[in-house]
Amino acid sequence: MPAAAVEPSRRFREIRLTTGILARNPSALAGAVIIGAMLLTALLAGVLAPFDPIHISLADRLQPPSAAHLFGTDEMGRDILSRIMYGARISLRIGLLVVAVAGGLGTVIGAVSGYLGRWADGVIMRIMDVILSFPSLVLAMALAAALGPSLTNAIMAVAFVMIPKFARLVRGEALAVREKQFVAAARISGEGSLSIIRRHIIPNCLNSVIVLATLAMGETILIAASLSFIGLGAQPPSPEWGAMVSVGRKFIMDQWWYATFPGLFILITVIGFNILGDALRDVLDPRIRR
Amino acid sequence: MCWIPGYGGERYAPTRGKRDVTDTARRIPQDGTKSAAPLLRIRDLAVQFETRQGLARVLEGVNLDICRGEIAGLVGETGCGKSVLARSILRIIPQPPGRISQGRILLDGRDLLQLSAAQLRRVRGREISMIFQEPMTSLNPVFTVGNQMQEIVRLHQCMDRKEARAVCLDMLAQVNLPDAREILRKYPHELSGGMRQRVMIAMELSCHPRLLIADEPTTALDVTVQGQVLTILKTLAGRHQVSILLITHDMGVVAQLCDRVAVMYAGQIVEQAGVEHLFAHPAHPYTRGLIGAIPSLEGESALLQTIEGSVPPPTQVPPGCRFHPRCPHRFSPCSREVPPLEAIDSAHAVACHLFASRQGAQHGPAD
Repeated sequence: MPAAAVEPSRRFREIRLTTGILARNPSALAGAVIIGAMLLTALLAGVLAPFDPIHISLADRLQPPSAAHLFGTDEMGRDILSRIMYGARISLRIGLLVVAVAGGLGTVIGAVSGYLGRWADGVIMRIMDVILSFPSLVLAMALAAALGPSLTNAIMAVAFVMIPKFARLVRGEALAVREKQFVAAARISGEGSLSIIRRHIIPNCLNSVIVLATLAMGETILIAASLSFIGLGAQPPSPEWGAMVSVGRKFIMDQWWYATFPGLFILITVIGFNILGDALRDVLDPRIRR
Repeated sequence: MCWIPGYGGERYAPTRGKRDVTDTARRIPQDGTKSAAPLLRIRDLAVQFETRQGLARVLEGVNLDICRGEIAGLVGETGCGKSVLARSILRIIPQPPGRISQGRILLDGRDLLQLSAAQLRRVRGREISMIFQEPMTSLNPVFTVGNQMQEIVRLHQCMDRKEARAVCLDMLAQVNLPDAREILRKYPHELSGGMRQRVMIAMELSCHPRLLIADEPTTALDVTVQGQVLTILKTLAGRHQVSILLITHDMGVVAQLCDRVAVMYAGQIVEQAGVEHLFAHPAHPYTRGLIGAIPSLEGESALLQTIEGSVPPPTQVPPGCRFHPRCPHRFSPCSREVPPLEAIDSAHAVACHLFASRQGAQHGPAD
């Protein structure tokens, strides 16, 4: 994008303005801190984790939380804290991948549908409505089951389910943007539909997409964990949080820590993304910003 | 005097039926005096919109010529079809519900209504350009002015970024914007309305179009800025030899800028004349009403003059002359026959039965 190349300082100022407003908003700050901590944990899991997440040591099986094992150990004697740290990598990667795929495809689909209108819009949005008419978890489950249980298939299934959420949002924005005069001005300057969608429609929808992407991260992590919980996502011994809760469920009466800590991390991460998303929505609202 | 459609005894009758217009249209490309031929000829154009209230005949039997290098004004009330006419020329009316049901729009003898989408894209911007009323929304808020201008310049001309930038700087200087470098770096919201409109003019003229359509370019600006923008338009039109179709409802703007004026009422052109001639000798009762309604400095009367009644909705246009229900001079043929646009002298055409060649003598209105 030429704008970025020509004037980095101006772009930088925009970003600083955004971060400046965010920093003054306590809930945004809390969300950012949670997400930041999670990212750091995921990145530095190799350094921070006290134990190997898949090393089996049957002598230490099902130990309660102690100084050596802060969150206790599982039925194979693996350290739950270490597993959670490595699990952050899996969960965040799922979130990012799904949001990138669904956000990217959904944005393009929505922008094309909203800009072209008429029959193209009708056909595309009815297809999206069909996908939306299923509860997202149930559809993701069915898809993941049909594709076969594996993490990759789970990611594809969740991405597919998330596409219409982005498409609908962007289509709505595109309907508003295409009536703007700069779109008419672009048309009378001889720009084609593709160029108008790429240069005018999509850039003007991006603020909302960023907000939805943040909120969708939380939902994605939850759905992915749910799929793993019922055995359709990450497979043991991979330390996916949902899979850990699933196995820990059997021990919940006597070894409460097994299912509790991974579950707590799912909760905290999802909350973190949600409050950050809410705050971003406020900050990126152009009516308040300018 | 190329711009009088009725000159030389031709009659362009706006009719609802299928009337062959090929006789006049075909002649243009073979015309020996090609340089004198108008740049744009609109012949018998009709545009309809499907609405819930029925078929709206927004434009009917519109004939209009624009010569090279001329500034033509198009005046009329709100809703009379001025903007639809402008958008029809560039074919950006939404279809459906809109439909160009008949007529021709000839740019140098080439019918714009017959062009394919790809051909049309090459005409837009490069040959015909347009600036809008609202400078606030005619620039994309997420890109800098420079980015947008360069994109448009490079869309039509094979240039690298540096050359395009030079063109942009030059054009911005020509519209009297100081410190063009700084302006290229700014986002649209950092500019005032007048500056944005000047940026738009610079942007649209940077591809050297032959015709610039200005749809009420100064309505949203305050009066002092209005004057500046109009002066810039006029200067640049002369310098770049661009013809301008200026759409406005402001008679003052017309008087200041235009060489020639077409007056529109309810989707039809009722009168065309040179600007001074029109103000001095308005012929059509509607034009006389319009000019009479301009408040005068010397006038004694406290009441502003008005034209009785209001513009009929385009779904219920009256038969015959569309102005006849409001016309103080109406007589029997007015409600039956559509008056053709006919020359009453060498520089003046009017569509009114009062001036129709046969009855003209008996029914000429008393001033």
